[in-house]
Amino acid sequence: MSEPTDAPRSGGVVGLLPVALSAVLFAWFMTHTPVIAAAGSLRWEMAWVPALNISLSFLLDGLSLTFALLISGIGALVFLYSNTYLGAHPQFHRFVLFLLSFMLAMLGLVLADNLITLFVFWELTTITSYLLIGFGHETTKGRRSALQALFVTGAGALAMLAGFILLGFVAGSFELSVILTQSEMLKAHPLYVPILILILAGTFTKSAQFPFHFWLPNAMAAPTPVSAFLHSATMVKAGVYLMARLHPGLAGTDMWLWTLTIFGAVTAVIASILALRQTDLKQALAYTTLMALGVLTLFLGQESGYAMTAFATFLVVHSLYKAALFLVVGCMDHATGTREADILGGLARVMPVTAIAAALAAMSMAGFPPFLGFIGKELKYAGALGVASEPVLVVGALLLANALMFAVAGVVALRPFWLPAGGDTPRIPHEAPWPMLMGPVILASLGTLFGIYPDLLERTLVAPTVASLLGTIEDSKALTLWAGVNMPLILSIVTVAAGTVFYVIHRPLRAWLARIIDALPNFDRGWDRFLDGFKTFARWQTRIIQTGVLRQYMFANFATVLVGLGGTMVARQVAVTRPDLTDATWQSVALILLIIGGALVATATSSRIAAMAALGVVGIGVAMIFIVFSAPDVAITQLLVETLVVVLVAVALLRLPTLDAGGKRFRPVDAALGLGVGTVVTLTLLAMLELPLDRRVTDYFEVTSWSEAFGRNIVNVILVDFRALDTFGEIAVVVIAALAAYALLRTTQPLGRGKGKDEP
Amino acid sequence: MNSVILRAGTRYLAGLLLLFSLYMLIRGHNEPGGGFIGGLIGSTGFVLFAVACGTADARRALRTSPQNIAVAGLGIALLAGLAAALFGDSFLTGQWLFVGATETTKGLPISTVLVFDIGVYLVVFGSVLTLVFAMEEEI
Amino acid sequence: MESLLALSIGVLVATSVYLMLAPNVLRFIFGLVLISNAANLTIFLAGRLTPGAPPLIAEGAAAPAKLVANALPQALVLTAIVIGFGLFAFALVLMFRAYTTLGTLYSDEMRVAEPRENDSI
Repeated sequence: MSEPTDAPRSGGVVGLLPVALSAVLFAWFMTHTPVIAAAGSLRWEMAWVPALNISLSFLLDGLSLTFALLISGIGALVFLYSNTYLGAHPQFHRFVLFLLSFMLAMLGLVLADNLITLFVFWELTTITSYLLIGFGHETTKGRRSALQALFVTGAGALAMLAGFILLGFVAGSFELSVILTQSEMLKAHPLYVPILILILAGTFTKSAQFPFHFWLPNAMAAPTPVSAFLHSATMVKAGVYLMARLHPGLAGTDMWLWTLTIFGAVTAVIASILALRQTDLKQALAYTTLMALGVLTLFLGQESGYAMTAFATFLVVHSLYKAALFLVVGCMDHATGTREADILGGLARVMPVTAIAAALAAMSMAGFPPFLGFIGKELKYAGALGVASEPVLVVGALLLANALMFAVAGVVALRPFWLPAGGDTPRIPHEAPWPMLMGPVILASLGTLFGIYPDLLERTLVAPTVASLLGTIEDSKALTLWAGVNMPLILSIVTVAAGTVFYVIHRPLRAWLARIIDALPNFDRGWDRFLDGFKTFARWQTRIIQTGVLRQYMFANFATVLVGLGGTMVARQVAVTRPDLTDATWQSVALILLIIGGALVATATSSRIAAMAALGVVGIGVAMIFIVFSAPDVAITQLLVETLVVVLVAVALLRLPTLDAGGKRFRPVDAALGLGVGTVVTLTLLAMLELPLDRRVTDYFEVTSWSEAFGRNIVNVILVDFRALDTFGEIAVVVIAALAAYALLRTTQPLGRGKGKDEP
Repeated sequence: MNSVILRAGTRYLAGLLLLFSLYMLIRGHNEPGGGFIGGLIGSTGFVLFAVACGTADARRALRTSPQNIAVAGLGIALLAGLAAALFGDSFLTGQWLFVGATETTKGLPISTVLVFDIGVYLVVFGSVLTLVFAMEEEI
Repeated sequence: MESLLALSIGVLVATSVYLMLAPNVLRFIFGLVLISNAANLTIFLAGRLTPGAPPLIAEGAAAPAKLVANALPQALVLTAIVIGFGLFAFALVLMFRAYTTLGTLYSDEMRVAEPRENDSI
């Protein structure tokens, strides 16, 4: 864990650079709001792998602009905050690099218009968030949490990649802007269900939907600014973003509707119950993030204008207040040294600014008017009531989740500041320095500002986002504070009442919940058991496959050749006619017998000298074949190499023990395999000989050898001109082999148990 | 291998083989031969020399270590390939200069292709000698 | 003749497989030499056999006048022979070094990188 110090030092210029960069990016994105608000979109493309239809293309529309603004804006504040919070950390520069890479990857993700580009950025966020969560890598918990996040989201992403490829295959393009116009065709396609399942596997793991939710609370092992960034607007929202991005193309089927609605609702309810059970404020916030993700998923299941407006509004609301509250908790942690809800209290006197920011953010979270959260909540209820088939279920889930969130808001922002302390804090509390206050204050104020002037947000971001989801801006619903006495308002009042009750009884409730939850199966422990089982399986499998015996590896290789070649011949029904032996002269038969005889003697003999001689015979025989069949260059090379082989072997071989020092025996299984592979090779060659020869390349070389390359020896011209790059690679291999052998001879020392001559 | 006749003979034989290897290298573009064959023949001469007179003498006769020759050959081949870039062609495209060419004859051809083949020659020559010398000395 | 060569390649492969499965690494190296030869012959055979017509262009001609042997596989085989020599030399050195450091020529007993389960405990 990163320990905030008492005397914060600034991170210096290195820490301020990313602040400036994010601020500039934010401003740059802001300049695009008028264009996008006019229901336009911008596209930019550059070829990347044209052969595979993969391009670096980016799309800026309402949805991606909203995300880009949240990412860069909150990013700037978080960088400023961490500058003080972690400025004294010895690895601060590393942290800045990680966080900046993460932010840029996240921006790439939300702007990408090509599925493959999107996937690359998606995985970059996975990797950088792994580094960020594991920033406190000296603790077991930090390492475990980081690895868990990596595994869960990484596994989902692989499934998603498969889904992307299927989707690109079905749509005939990897460009999202093309794919999303083919909605009807996609939904009717037989591959729709596999595509949906695979892609949702990616988004659900990334956005921590139940039952993949367990990694997110563990990811709180990261430093608080990271949590504020990853779990308000970025990392976990990537899954939500992708579902929203694909909404125009894939939504509208029963499967989409029910999968998203059920997973979203279950996640929201379970997360809000678990949130109330936590005493660590950061953990409590983590679970409310889960709840928000569940609600956003739930809305993406629908298609109504209300649901989409609710989605767009809640997306912004949640990012604003959640980032603010995480940063507030960081301030408290920084000031007091603890995050335990039961200990903290009465901080409003010493930390007035933090307290006010916390109060504003919490009231937005609880959904009081005139905050943006209130509008968000009204829209959520309006959207839920619009769910055609099961409004009662959805509204019930939302009501429970909202009421519990109300109570959590009280626990996080009311108790620590305004009620008496429950115990002594490890440090004497003091107000946080201004760079750390900027974030919470600005974010909380924005929540208030947008609540009072909802029109500001509606015109610039909400309506364009709805337009990118539904295709038309008309369906976007107005954001208003007072919409008259209607059903959503009544539900809001019920929420506040239930929430107050939950808050008042939250301590006995928490104790009771703790007893129940501890008795239930725990996904986090299940994860450990899964990993243990996996490792046991891996060990078992390694023991079977990696025996460490060279002969078994070789056996497996040759058996694979046998099965692969032979199996293909059988499966393709390759027929081999009786070989044509009419052109065989007695000289050629003698030559063949020489080679065969040499090979057999080399195999059977127990004498090193005889084996060497037999190998020499084979080599000379092969050279003769080259001579007879018009390959003078090859024959000369073969003969020269044979000479050198004899020299080397003569040097080395005679200093080794005899061939059968360990006893000689016939190995019937190996012999059978050898016979099998040999037979299959011969049959393959015979079948090959029956096919017509394609001489086009050779003809080209023959015609151009003199006219273009000025050489009369075609073989040499191929080597040094036509295929010179191959030759260059080959001579490099020769040099490497020679140097490696030289190094092996010169430098290796005995391992200690040998009887090498290097030993004294 | 302490035969006086062998030792006396190999000095000349090695020189002849070296000369012959250069001949094989130069003529390789039009008749059987070339860098690979030339390099092998040349190294055979030195191997013979090393077997007869010992590697110390052979190394002295070579002036530099065979590893240097092999790596230099690789470098020459690389430069021959890069030279094409000067003329705006892609890597390893052959460049030709016909010295004294007339209407009827092509004159004396000088080309990057020949330089490349010299690189191949040196690589094979140096690599084989690296191996053989090291094995003679260490085993 | 091509069929006969195919047969002898089969024999070379069969003997080299048997040799490469031997416990003694010296035999493994013999097998390596044989299988290199078999591979070179396979490439050569794939370009078909043409007796008595090397791929050379006669003085004064712009292209081979009659059918000449396939030059492409010859070029491939030529470099393959040289590389095969490099591989052989390296394998020989490796084996020799393994023998002087480990004191054995039997691959079953060379277990420094992958020790037996009960060795490590």
